[in-house]
Amino acid sequence: MKILALLIVALCGGVLLYATMDFPAWGDPASPASIHVSPRYLEKALTETAVPNVVTAVLADYRGYDTMFETSVIFCAGVACFVLLRVFGKSRQDRYYRHVPTGIVIHIQDRSQIEEKPDEFERIDAEWTPYDLIIKTLCRFLVPFIQLFALYVIAHGHHSPGGGFQGGVILGASIILLAISFNLRSAVTRVPEKVNALLSAAGVLIYAGTGAVCVAFGAHFLDYAGLSGILPGGAVEARSYGIFAVEIGVGIAVMGVMIAIYSLLASEGWLEEGL
Amino acid sequence: MIWQLDLAVLTLVIVCAVAAISVKDLLGSAILFGAYSFMMCLLWAVMGAVDVAFTEASVGAGVSTVFFVAAVFRTTRETKD
Repeated sequence: MKILALLIVALCGGVLLYATMDFPAWGDPASPASIHVSPRYLEKALTETAVPNVVTAVLADYRGYDTMFETSVIFCAGVACFVLLRVFGKSRQDRYYRHVPTGIVIHIQDRSQIEEKPDEFERIDAEWTPYDLIIKTLCRFLVPFIQLFALYVIAHGHHSPGGGFQGGVILGASIILLAISFNLRSAVTRVPEKVNALLSAAGVLIYAGTGAVCVAFGAHFLDYAGLSGILPGGAVEARSYGIFAVEIGVGIAVMGVMIAIYSLLASEGWLEEGL
Repeated sequence: MIWQLDLAVLTLVIVCAVAAISVKDLLGSAILFGAYSFMMCLLWAVMGAVDVAFTEASVGAGVSTVFFVAAVFRTTRETKD
């Protein structure tokens, strides 16, 4: 049976490899993709949208619908993870508290709680390793810089590679780093679950809302030229601002979903103890 | 890119891909998948698709590796087959 499976896989791979021979050569200027719409984008993108990075102009403006539904897909992934994994109520696991001055760990089995104070008791995970001072200090130092870089990636997507998706992922990763280097509870107290869910929904709403505002000003849905009525500059600058607005929406949505998926996965849906 | 280097990266992509699905240790598999993503990111950057390379580096190599590790942490580290 295994040999048969290997044979089928090898055959399929061979056929696929054979089919790639019909592809145009890499970078071929005469390939169908390069002669159909690409030249128009390359020639007109800068004058029509005032965005030097053609990729951003195509993704957020010319192909705005695609990106809007991609954002919705990511939001749906977050909702699906929530529905599948989230468990409400108190965790069935026993709780562990560490007395900070002495280092004695108290194991509580009946799910009652001890009041947490910074210099008395702190709650620790069941699989607890002592905090490493170097990792803790370095991660606390790094997180703001990572977030600053993420904001730069979102804001500078007009001029350089980057944009909402990448910036949102990096923003989410900074909170995930916090959750890994400290513990999940400290990350969840900084970005509470409800705030996170609201943020990811708000991101999609910002994107769709930008399109709706365009409709309100008499333009087509997601035709940012319609925003010129409320923004300084002409129609071209309005398209640039519109792209910026939807990038912010994408970034917020992606950030929320990444944090939600991580915290649900790492805590088995309890959002109490995690990696 | 120098074609020898290109060939080396392509070989590493295939080696990482085969290793990621054949190792028994799922944590190792997750890390190998991250390495695979980084190699793909290099290839995208070489082909001039810098935006795709950026996405691959942040999503493929960064966050999805963390998701895999979190899933392995909460399930099991050994494969059944």
